[in-house]
Amino acid sequence: MDFSSFSEQLIQQLINGVSLGSIYALIALGYTMVYGIIKLINFAHGDIYMVGAYIGFFATSMLHLPVLPALIISMVVTGLLGMLIERLAYRPLRHAPKVSVLITAIGVSLFLEYTSMFFVSPQPRTFPNVMESVTYHMGPFVVNSQQILILVITTILMVILTYIVQKTKIGKAMRAVSFDTETAQLMGIDANRVISITFGIGSALAAAGGVLVGVYYNSIDPLMGIMPGLKAFIAAVLGGIGIIPGAMAGGVILGVIESLVSGFLSSTFRDAAAFAILILVLLFKPSGLFGKNTREKV
Amino acid sequence: MNLSKKCLAMTSIVLGMSMMGALFAGCGSEEKSNEINIGANFEITGNVANYGGMALDGLKLAIKQANDAGGINGKKINLIVADNKSEASEAANAATKLISTDKVKVLVGPATTSNVLATTQIASDNKIPLIAPTGTSPKITVENGQVKPFIFRSCFIDPLQGDVMATFASKTLKAKTAAVFIDSSSDYSKSLGQVFKEKFEAAGGKVLIEEAFLQKDQDFKSTLTKIKAANADVIFVPAYYEEVGKIVKQARELGITVPMLGTDGWDDAKLVEIAGAASLDNTFFSTHYSAQDKEVQGFVEAFKAEYNKDANVFAALGYDAGKMLIDAIKRAGSDDPEKIRKALEETKDLQVATGTITIDKNHDPIKSAVILEMKNGEKILKEKITPKE
Repeated sequence: MDFSSFSEQLIQQLINGVSLGSIYALIALGYTMVYGIIKLINFAHGDIYMVGAYIGFFATSMLHLPVLPALIISMVVTGLLGMLIERLAYRPLRHAPKVSVLITAIGVSLFLEYTSMFFVSPQPRTFPNVMESVTYHMGPFVVNSQQILILVITTILMVILTYIVQKTKIGKAMRAVSFDTETAQLMGIDANRVISITFGIGSALAAAGGVLVGVYYNSIDPLMGIMPGLKAFIAAVLGGIGIIPGAMAGGVILGVIESLVSGFLSSTFRDAAAFAILILVLLFKPSGLFGKNTREKV
Repeated sequence: MNLSKKCLAMTSIVLGMSMMGALFAGCGSEEKSNEINIGANFEITGNVANYGGMALDGLKLAIKQANDAGGINGKKINLIVADNKSEASEAANAATKLISTDKVKVLVGPATTSNVLATTQIASDNKIPLIAPTGTSPKITVENGQVKPFIFRSCFIDPLQGDVMATFASKTLKAKTAAVFIDSSSDYSKSLGQVFKEKFEAAGGKVLIEEAFLQKDQDFKSTLTKIKAANADVIFVPAYYEEVGKIVKQARELGITVPMLGTDGWDDAKLVEIAGAASLDNTFFSTHYSAQDKEVQGFVEAFKAEYNKDANVFAALGYDAGKMLIDAIKRAGSDDPEKIRKALEETKDLQVATGTITIDKNHDPIKSAVILEMKNGEKILKEKITPKE
């Protein structure tokens, strides 16, 4: 391979990687926010993303809505579902050992997968053609309008999220509860409400990811959440679990690494590389790229 | 003390259940003398329910036609259906139940290779012939060089398709180089990729790049970018329609315009929905039959009249299995499983929905394959290839 075709491929792979990575980032945000606030790895999160994709599918195919209204409806409904799951499955276990909550999360995950399989059938569904896919050629590089849509929507959602967390009262409450739940409660913050809202926002972001994936890849099925869920978990750990900018960066970095591995090594190593990153991060920098090493308080 | 009481209670429950079981079994064996019981073991629910359901519909149609025509040798066929929930362990349970409780003389199904493989030993142990309608892996009928005496199939085997597509690529498309992109989580895909490579290189071509993906992958662009850079004349993707649809769509988005080739895993209406009609132009795949073929019109119309839906390849092969079975029972002149087995082995020039079949020494049918071309989302019959004996 000569140099110019190598660099062409490299840039094309970066474009592929960023669009894949921004989906991981959207899902990773939900993982990280929930972990940040109640120290729970919500393994049902990938399946919430799947439910979001299905709601988007029904909104576009049955109600014939365009992409943006469908996206918003899906985010709202899925957000409410996330709050409901938190209320029914996790809140009763607030003071139970962590492993019980973790097992419950796996249970919720299987429940969502197989309930949806029962209702919507295991066959893949195809999204109606809600937006014309226009391909742009910039020299040798190819970008299509859906990749741009993914990037734009992801960026907007991340800006909104950062604003909510940093500038609003509820964001302040979230940070307070995350820092020290009991003290926050003593200061008059309703921790349950804050946790509930965190689940809502996290689930809504995953739903956005689900709808975008449906529009981009054109096919959804009840088990579509498993792999992206795991990858987003890796992204969250890579960036430093519990840290919001970390999840964003972790998602994009993971997407780019996967693209480069498939492009320049072998596609069969792609998943191995992703999980190797998880192991390396846990071994050498368990707090993640954006994490500070904090000493465990006694 | 407590423990032994529990043991006693358990034992009596188990005893009671087994007695009830025996009672039911007794009921089942009370077979009417003017009926022949045939067991259908299919994926009616679960993740490949669309395959099993269609194959079963095809089988039912063949049996209905035979019964309406007065039955076989004066006897009606009584089809007993069991659902294997698309799982190998359930397929084994269903086969056992059909043989021991329902006293079937022949088993048909399941549809997928892994589910059939879970039941072949049970059929062999009970000396009941089994016809696999759609399982294309060579392992179903032949294991370690030994033909399984009671196991048959009504479809061609995987290596044939790899061979057919390699010949098509080098002869018809005049391709000199190829890329092979397989699903490394499927034996079907791996064996086809291998056969294609061997045959294509034997015909003077060269496979420039071999890449793999996993079932349920969503994003193929990175690997496709790499395949694009290799600049092969054709891309061979022996996989199932769900991933193939996304691969073709993403390949065209990246500006890959060369012909893409595939196998019978492509043959599903969903392929067009996922990939889009325009992306599928200039793609070709091998499969068992073409609805445009004049020979199969009778079946296509009868199926439509019976179920008010279009037949697909699974329905046609299920129907073929039914035809094979009816023909064998007729020639056996008896419902004795051993005689039916022998008659199945001697199947020759039998007219079925997908052509004429003759069973070879490996219990595989010798039959033709077709190559379809996708044009504006329609399947066009491109070539019909009849293998030499």
